[in-house]
This record gives sequence, structure tokens and C-alpha cells, in this order.
Amino acid sequence: MNPEALLACLTTPACIVTQVSAGMIIGMLIFLVASGVTLIFGVLKVVNFTHGSFYMLGVYFALTAYGLTGSYAVSLLAGAIGVGLFGVVFERFFMSKVYNADVLMQLLVCYAFILILDDVVKTVWGGDFLKMGMPEEFALPPIKVWDGFVPPFYAFLTVFAVLIAVLVAALLGLTRFGKIVRAAAVNRQMVSVLGINTSLVYALIFGLGSVLAGLAGALAAPVRSAVPGMGFDILIESFIVTVIGGMGSMGGAFIAAIGIGLIRSFGTIGFPLATEGVMFAIMAIVLLIKPTGLFGRRAA
Amino acid sequence: MTARLEVLAGVVLGALVVALTLAFGDKALLDVLMRLAIFGLLALSLNILVGYTGLVSFGHAMFFGLGAYSFGLLMQSGAVSIPSAALITLVVACIWGGVVGTFCIRLDDIYFSFLTLAFQMLLYSIIIGWVSLTGGDQGLMGGIPRPPFLGINLAEPRQLFVLIVVVFVVCVLAIRQIVQSPFGFALRMIRDNAERARFLGLPVQRYKLIAFVLSGFFGSVSGILMSLYVSGAYPNFAFWSMSGDAIFMIILGGLTVFLGPLVGAAVFLLLNDNITRLTEHHGIVMGVVLLAIVLGMRKGFLDVLDEWWQARASRAEARAGGDRQ
Repeated sequence: MNPEALLACLTTPACIVTQVSAGMIIGMLIFLVASGVTLIFGVLKVVNFTHGSFYMLGVYFALTAYGLTGSYAVSLLAGAIGVGLFGVVFERFFMSKVYNADVLMQLLVCYAFILILDDVVKTVWGGDFLKMGMPEEFALPPIKVWDGFVPPFYAFLTVFAVLIAVLVAALLGLTRFGKIVRAAAVNRQMVSVLGINTSLVYALIFGLGSVLAGLAGALAAPVRSAVPGMGFDILIESFIVTVIGGMGSMGGAFIAAIGIGLIRSFGTIGFPLATEGVMFAIMAIVLLIKPTGLFGRRAA
Repeated sequence: MTARLEVLAGVVLGALVVALTLAFGDKALLDVLMRLAIFGLLALSLNILVGYTGLVSFGHAMFFGLGAYSFGLLMQSGAVSIPSAALITLVVACIWGGVVGTFCIRLDDIYFSFLTLAFQMLLYSIIIGWVSLTGGDQGLMGGIPRPPFLGINLAEPRQLFVLIVVVFVVCVLAIRQIVQSPFGFALRMIRDNAERARFLGLPVQRYKLIAFVLSGFFGSVSGILMSLYVSGAYPNFAFWSMSGDAIFMIILGGLTVFLGPLVGAAVFLLLNDNITRLTEHHGIVMGVVLLAIVLGMRKGFLDVLDEWWQARASRAEARAGGDRQ
């Protein structure tokens, strides 16, 4: 506990800027993973417990692509597309087999894949910490904001994640595909009777959710060390965010993710040992007062 | 079988195993049986929730870890004897179960699983973070003292073995009583149709909470036994993979047969030890085995046997009925 340090930071503009920018990237990474989980759950009604491992795969794909080409744009694409394709395969051959089974079976399929993916990553990339370092594209002087400095990559990550969120929202809200998806979420059978291949829609949505996890991984690669099993923490955090924000509410997840990100970054100064506890306390309070989450609607 | 006969059978079987092992077994066999008792109890206690109440807890290891750490810390303090440390630990576990359970049962299905998992990771991060108390990722260092009590000296492996088996048998019989009681049948009803149970006036939430606390109680008993057995406590006791393993054991053995999780624990330990010995790709092999069971059989070994047995019985009945006509 160090309340003086926290107070000192909160009264110094430079410190506030640094911590807010650090909090924003934590929040945005959690948000991307959480929105993938939310999207898949909203349409397919299954929770993809492997989403954290997908994020991990995104990090490693991005690392390899960066090592091969030296271009961060390529490694972003590799993370997104690679994990997206993997997600589609996972959905078609494994997850789709347990849609009608009970939660236990779905959970076990995911658990099996968490075990397998962690081990595969360890075998292919080794068990040690790997670092990408800051890509050349972002080797620029920091941006000066209100007495403080923000690394350009932090700004890029935040803007990019918001852009992705807007794009996904537009895809679901404004396009014909989005209409079909929303209809399938309400009544799959009816949509299928209308001559639409709902299996394809399901696979695409699962793929899209996986792309979000992969993107999060690729975005995290320059600022995080890669290690097998790294997906688990972000899975838990993205779940906490979903519960606080309200299940199925992307907007709620967005706000909650920023909140958690800020708690994490300011917490490292003021209460380093209690950040987890504070996160859980907030979740517990939300659950007690409004079990559906801040922005969640009562399930139909 | 009537309840009294079952109790008798359990006690006799337990006594037989103890006597035979002590007479002919070596240290390796003692170890295997103690681990089986500990993990079997962990899986059986979890099955109160998973199999009988239909609540898939993915955070059961929190009780395992809590039991081990709280017992270990109390013993290391040197202020209490083994029975009172165990008693205090169980009270702590029940309180923790009551508090955490109050939150968890507010959510259904997969969200219940996630929330139990989240609380378990909270406990895990406390264990890792509070280095001065718990030793962080090194675990409780320096071993756990096992002063003699009531003429029992647990530092002696054979006496420890007898104690673990006795506690195991008592707990298994208690769990058996619970799931065969009217309360146990109410849990099954909640599992199969919670809405109907609510319409019939059953306090569903309270029953779920009681089941949660009971499951945690027996889970922490296995944690206490574990800390006695390894003479320590390690963070991985409270890690999510421990919860995953417990669920793995249940699905291996079977959910619908009472002793299924115990058989599952035996198969799991057998698999685990041999895979670790044969290959370093432990996760891949275990994952593939799990996938094969979930996607192939869709149930545990004893579930399959049980169904086959019942199908046989009903066929025999049909045949007997046919003869009479």
C-alpha cells in the first residue's frame, strides 16, 4: 500500500498521462479479447474458454511473422488471419460437435485445447520468454501530451483497437451479413429455413471472434513478453470485464475494460498487491447490486 | 443395498485395503494409495456440484489450496495441534465457501464456471503475491511439523497412511449419505429442472449454496490431507489446472455412478504418471485423451458400464416377460 505515491502521481500531469496511456493499452487488449468472447457467446451461445490461448497464438504468430519479414503490418495480419483460420477449424471440427451438449462437455473440449495449445507453443517456440521489441515503424520520439509523454505505439494501439471495435459494430449493425447474424442469434432454425447456411454464419462469427483475439495478441507482442500459458490471465480479465459491463454488451465491455486497465496501471503505483483484489471487489459489488452487469439487459 | 450395508461394506473394504497394504505393501504402494485417496476425495467432493447439482465449478482447487495452505500455516505457527488446526481450517473453508458461493450461485451455467474460476485465481494471486506469509511461488517452505496427537505419530508413513485412508472412507461415506438423502435428491431435481423445483417451493438458491459449501468442505479435507502427505503447500494446489484435473477425473470415471470420480482419479493418476515418464509432451497427450473421451464416448467409463448394465437388465426383463406370455 502506498497512498502517498498514488496521490503524488494524481497531482502530477506527466504521471497521469503516463499511467492513463499505460492503462488504455491494457484496457484495449482486454477489450479486444472480451469482445471476441462476447460476440461468439451472443450468437453461438457457447463460451470459448480457449480464447486466451487464441490470444497467445496471436502473439506467437506475430512474433514469427515479424522475425521473417521485419514488418509490423505483416505481423498484425499474421496474428489476425492465422488465429482467425485456426478459430474456424476449431469451430468446424470440435466446438460444433458439442453445441447441443451440456456446459461440462463444452468446457472440457476447451480445456483439452488449452492443454494442447500451451504444449504445442512450448514445443514450437520453446518455454522461455520471447520479446519482439518495439517495431521499427514505431521507433519515433514520444508524443507530448499535457506535460507528459506517450509512446507512439501506445497511441496507435488505442486508436487501432477503437477502430476495430467501430468496424465490428458497423459490420453487425449496418450490413446484410450483420442482419443475418443478429437474426441467427435469436432463432437459428428460422434463419436456416429461409435458405441461409447458418453453419457458415456460425463458422464466420467464430472466426471473427478469433480474429479479434489474434489481433489483440499481435498488438500485445511489442509490449508484452511471450510465454506458454500467457493466455490465461487475459481470459480471466476479459471475463471480469464481461461480467461488470454486462453480458452481451460490447459498449459495457468497452467501458469496463478501460476501467480495469486504469485500475491496473494506477494500482501498480498505489496498491500493487491489491489490484487483483480491487478488480474482484468491483465485480462482486456489481454482481450484488445489478447481477446483469452495468449495461446488461435481462436475458430473454 | 441399504444404507447400513453400504457403510459396513465401505468400512470393511477400507480396513481390508489398510491391512493388506500394511502387511504386504512397500512404500511405493502406500504412496499410490494415499495419492489416490486424496485426489479421489477431491474429485468426489467436486461431483456433489458437477454431477448431482449440475453446477460445473471450474474453481474447485481453491478449496484444495485453501485447505492445504491454511492447515500448513496453522501447523507452522506451532500454536495448535493437528486436530484443532484441521478444525479451524475447515471452519475457514466453510466461511470462504459461503461467501464465494453467495456470489457464484447468482449466475448460471458457464458463467458459474467462470466465476468460480475467477475466485480461484484471486486466491492463487493472493498466494503468489503475499510472499512473506505464503512463500510466494516457492510454496510453504521448511515442511509442516507433524507433532504426535492422541498417540498417533503422522511423521511415521504407515500411521499417516492409515489416517488418510480412514479420513477418506469416512468422508466418502458422508458424501454418500448426503447424495442419498432427501437433500441429495432435491439437488438432482435442481439439476434436472430448477424451475420446477422452484415452483414446488424448494429454496433453490439456498440448496445450491449448501451444496457449494459441502463440496468445498470435503475439497478442503482433501487439501489438508495433501499438505500432510507432501508436508508442504504449493501454489499449484490452487491453480486452475488443478481444478481442470479434478473435472477431468470426474469425466474419466463418470458422473452418474457414485464412485465414478474415484475410478476417474485412479485412471487419471495412472495416465498422468506414465505420460510424464514416457514423453515431455504431457499437455498434448492429456488433451488428446480428453478430446477422445468427450467427443468419442461423451461420458465416463463407469457411465458406459452402467448404461450397458441397465440395458442388459432391461433386455433380460423383456425376455422374462416374453416367456411368461
